[in-house]
Amino acid sequence: MTVADTTIVGLSPSRLALARFRRDKVAVVALCVVVFFVLIAIFAPLLTSVFNLSPYALDRQALNDYGNPIGRFGGMSWNHPLGVEPGTGRDILGRLMYGARVSLLIGFIGTIVTTGVGLVLGMVSGLRRGLLDSVITRVADLTLAFPSLLLIIALNRPLTQRLESMGVPKGNFARMTYIILVLTVFGWVYMARLIRGQVLSLREREFVDAARSFGASNTHIVFKQLLPNLWAQVIVFATLSLPGYVAVEASLSFLGIGLMAPAASWGIMLGDSVKYYRADPTYLLIPGVTLMILVMAFNLMGDGLRDAVDPKSDRQQL
Amino acid sequence: MTPILEVRDVKKYFPSGSSRVLQRPTGQVKAVDGVSLSLQKGKTLGVVGESGCGKSTLARILMRLIEPSSGSIFLDGEDVTRLSGSDLRRMRRDIQIIFQDPYSSLNPRHSIGEIIATPLRIQKTVTKSEEVGRVKELMHLVGLNPEHFNRFPHEFSGGQRQRVGIARSLALNPKVIVADEPVSALDVSIQSQILNLMQDLQTKLQVAFVFIAHDLSVVRHIADDVAVMYLGKIVELGPANIVYGHPTHPYTKALMSAVPVANPVSGRKISRIVLTGDVPSPIDPPSGCRFRTRCWKAQDICASNEPELLDRGDGRVSACHFPELEA
Ligand SMILES: Nc1ncnc2c1ncn2[C@@H]1O[C@H](COP(=O)(O)OP(=O)(O)OP(=O)(O)O)[C@@H](O)[C@H]1O
Ligand code: SF4
Ligand SMILES: [Mg+2]
Repeated sequence: MTVADTTIVGLSPSRLALARFRRDKVAVVALCVVVFFVLIAIFAPLLTSVFNLSPYALDRQALNDYGNPIGRFGGMSWNHPLGVEPGTGRDILGRLMYGARVSLLIGFIGTIVTTGVGLVLGMVSGLRRGLLDSVITRVADLTLAFPSLLLIIALNRPLTQRLESMGVPKGNFARMTYIILVLTVFGWVYMARLIRGQVLSLREREFVDAARSFGASNTHIVFKQLLPNLWAQVIVFATLSLPGYVAVEASLSFLGIGLMAPAASWGIMLGDSVKYYRADPTYLLIPGVTLMILVMAFNLMGDGLRDAVDPKSDRQQL
Repeated sequence: MTPILEVRDVKKYFPSGSSRVLQRPTGQVKAVDGVSLSLQKGKTLGVVGESGCGKSTLARILMRLIEPSSGSIFLDGEDVTRLSGSDLRRMRRDIQIIFQDPYSSLNPRHSIGEIIATPLRIQKTVTKSEEVGRVKELMHLVGLNPEHFNRFPHEFSGGQRQRVGIARSLALNPKVIVADEPVSALDVSIQSQILNLMQDLQTKLQVAFVFIAHDLSVVRHIADDVAVMYLGKIVELGPANIVYGHPTHPYTKALMSAVPVANPVSGRKISRIVLTGDVPSPIDPPSGCRFRTRCWKAQDICASNEPELLDRGDGRVSACHFPELEA
């Protein structure tokens, strides 16, 4: 035994989880795909200008007299690797890259805000039982009972206008704000329920009583005793709910809520492409498949994370 | 000599029935119903009784984790029942707890070092730089390798985890440690190691133990005094050798006959008393003597009059109309 071997390093549960995640090939590949999309989204302006793939420039040359792309597969060419939009001649790859920005932005902000709201309400609900808990639980039930899609569509115009009159920059910014707002209003419930259940069971654990018996404050109980036990599940849950938000954004844009052309979003592209699906099926396929790959990558990554933090596993299984 | 811990007529009634806001509680669970005890410095008081008789509730009251419905608690002569704020925080140093479940009593996300340091950090008794030294000293004291301080609970066995719990309970140099069934979750082979450790620590540190158990055999070797509880009440209390030597309450007798006999070849035939039936509900305990539904000596008076705890002349008290007094 060397000297180095005698230094004893504890393996924290999070490090064990990380080790397990890294051995999960599917999850690692999914993570790479996600990272790839994130990088594309971040560097979309740079990439499109370097490769001359502007998502807004109209290229009439790429279209025939009927407004359809010239060439096979929706007009794929060296100038437009994934073809051009029928009618306008805008570059599809460029629009796809810019669309990734919108999808991921909505996905991340939506997830962070709903997770935050759900975490706080779930903790409050679980810790202070009584009246506050009843109120939060009832509101949650009510929220789930609402026909949310109907409401989102109905409230779109009035609420977006309201936001604009409250000083939110007009146009696509206000529309995005509206989407994130409704995602939060309808999305916090799931996280809150998860956290409430966890807190209810954690608070009965004896280590919480132990901390109280030393005179620990509520702040200590929440931040030092409970939260460290919740992070893993919060992260897993958030990862698994993110693709849902990406898909919802696409659906809403498809329905004409949310961003408007010429802004690029996968939902807008899908909505636009159905008009041309006979003449130009590639146009429909490209945003559809891209959306599917991203959503699937997030789901597989989330599954991997969930398996990795499974509390039942221990050192032996490493 | 003033006892280090004194409990006077402590009661805890939980509202039973629905805890929902709009529904009134329908009754009361008399979990602890008038318990009085005292414990001398550096001694051990064993508290024994079947599951559900209120032992853990009593422990939680002593720790001020829950408030008693009535009664008072004196720690080293000071009435601590109604302390709050900084006085309560200060008092908490003097009384610590060891829990039954070595798995749920340690936060799985904290290293052993952090777990043992938690009381030190909350009470701010040592500086940051002294902390590691104190933690290692405590680990050494309970027979753990001090170099393991940055390991995590999942890397330890049940017995080792219970040692961690003991180290944590010692961190603030308490005068009293309440041990709520500290060995019931452990393998029999490990139980005696932990019991020996606790005894050694008591001799070394002069700390007093309230040692809770559900059978008499575990308490036998460690307790100076024994209190036998049944449905929230003490039915027999006295020096361990006297209570074990000659139990006067039928319930104590029944519990003792559940204890395996040390020397079965002694020739004497021991009549085993087997307790039949379940413990009645503490929501609606039997009238008179609470043990009467399971007592083989019960008479009419047992149902109408509640027996008082009476001195049996040998430093022991018991509550029975027909005690088994020595002939
Ligand atoms: N918070 C509570 N609310 C209502 N009833 C409770 C509560 N805590 C305990 N009780 C009841 O009080 C009684 C005594 O419980 P307690 O946990 O003190 O028993 P115990 O002697 O420690 O049993 P065990 O050996 O199983 O640990 C039980 O009937 C239990 O159901
Ligand atoms: S009082 Fe009566 S019922 Fe109660 S223990 Fe004594 S004999 Fe039995
Ligand atoms: Mg108990």
